Amino acid sequence: MTSLTSTPALTFDKVSMIFPDGTKALDQVSLTVRPGEFVSIVGPSGCGKSTVLRIASGLLNPSDGHVELDDQNIGYVFQDATLLPWRSVQKNIELFMELEGVDKETRRKNAALAIELVGLSGFEKHHPIRLSGGMRMRVSLARSLTLHPGLFLFDEPFGALDEITRERLNDELIALFLRERFGGLFITHSISEATFLSTRVLVMSDRPGRIVGDFEIPFEYPRNEELRYDPLFAELSGNISQALRDGHS
Amino acid sequence: MSRTNLRYGWLGTGGPPALVFVTFVGAWYGYSALVGPTERNISSPYPHAVVQTVFGDLSNLSELLKATWVTTKVASVGLLIAMAVGILFAVLMSQAKWIERSFYPYAVLLQTVPILALVPLIGLRWGFGFKSRVIVCVIISLFPIITNTLFGLKSTERGHGDLFLLHDAPRLTRLRKLHFPAALPAMFTGFRISAGLSVIGAIVGDFFFGRGEKGLGIKIRDYTNFLETEMLIGGIILSALLGIAMFQVFGFVGRAITGAWHDGA
Ligand SMILES: Nc1ncnc2c1ncn2[C@@H]1O[C@H](COP(=O)(O)OP(=O)(O)O)[C@@H](O)[C@H]1O
Ligand SMILES: [Mg+2]
Repeated sequence: MTSLTSTPALTFDKVSMIFPDGTKALDQVSLTVRPGEFVSIVGPSGCGKSTVLRIASGLLNPSDGHVELDDQNIGYVFQDATLLPWRSVQKNIELFMELEGVDKETRRKNAALAIELVGLSGFEKHHPIRLSGGMRMRVSLARSLTLHPGLFLFDEPFGALDEITRERLNDELIALFLRERFGGLFITHSISEATFLSTRVLVMSDRPGRIVGDFEIPFEYPRNEELRYDPLFAELSGNISQALRDGHS
Repeated sequence: MSRTNLRYGWLGTGGPPALVFVTFVGAWYGYSALVGPTERNISSPYPHAVVQTVFGDLSNLSELLKATWVTTKVASVGLLIAMAVGILFAVLMSQAKWIERSFYPYAVLLQTVPILALVPLIGLRWGFGFKSRVIVCVIISLFPIITNTLFGLKSTERGHGDLFLLHDAPRLTRLRKLHFPAALPAMFTGFRISAGLSVIGAIVGDFFFGRGEKGLGIKIRDYTNFLETEMLIGGIILSALLGIAMFQVFGFVGRAITGAWHDGA
């Protein structure tokens, strides 16, 4: 399903980032994410992964290099769900549409659909304080889904969740990916999560972050749990792990 | 609160304060007995004499309640004005560092100049009636509203700010949909503090501005002059109750507005 001929959803061309305090976070990072591609980045903590996403989204301007975004409409899921505590689930999910000036009736309709998709029916009126970590992440996903983004950025979204919830959300994310066909750029600490979800896994070095490995993950979608016990899955995970260690000088 | 309740039952909530109250009343009896053996003791009447005079006599009680109502009006109007002015300044100060730096010293000044030193000037400028009393209330209750609101407006989480920046939300939208709701719990903390201060302001104002309707402060001054100690103590009790009631009202409204999503307070 990867359409290698189409315009990339996101291109980084030799992007470097030096923060005003002198911290060199990224060193000539180049990457592309095409529509229908799900690219994961794994790397040691502090190597500049979040910085890549902040630059991709326009929250941060790179010090050097070039970024190209095909569609300004992007989804962004942060490590903590960043829900507004004073808004109900429903109103949180409507937030991005509100900010984009979508009319009320359409907001209701799209929110209801997104709520259904992430399995939160019945929780519309709840406030985030009363939700579990997994449910908050579902709200955060739904909030971005309402705009049908062409590119979806994920910053270690499931890192704080328990293993069972995490694997369930992995399955749900794949289902959403197949349905919506966005380009995905996914950051994670977990090699097995990256391998399970992605069409491609990039490995970043210690800071300043550079791309030191690029692995094609050839498994067909939809993927199911048995894949995690496939010998090729283990071999790929092993290679990624090796690349991570090599980048850790 | 629930944890204390579970562990200590009634002792966790009402018990300890009740014990302190009983001890206090006991000590009062002891003191009155020691100081004044006569039936009507001017400097320290027995607690039951106070209760009898203040709550046992309807005309006395209604006299005090009427004064309490006057004070309530002054304190409430003053507080409402302070809330409007305080929120306005806090919002302005949150918009730019230079605005904050320009006004903050004067907010502090308002807080540090003894109100009693300002009162005569206020009287000369705005007269000795309702208006001046309200102005005293505004001055005395403004600072906590400004500082708490400003603190609340500035304590927005960066992650929440990013959501709005991602969608290029204009400043006013960010204020309305992000900073202002995020500030609500802190604002109500300020309102609660200022509600108590505003009652104090109304009573202080009474002491100096005797024209017009008689508030609790004027009554307290009169009772002192006529050595009606029981009524004087009654006035003190009602001022305290009024302060507590105003404090509680804002606690209640605050919980009604933010209780569903904010724990604490
Ligand atoms: N605004 C900033 N100013 C200075 N240094 C920063 C800033 N943001 C991030 N950094 C630094 O840049 C490096 C990369 O950060 P980040 O992208 O958050 O890493 P990761 O997400 O891979 O853990 C870290 O050393 C971090 O401390
Ligand atoms: Mg990070």
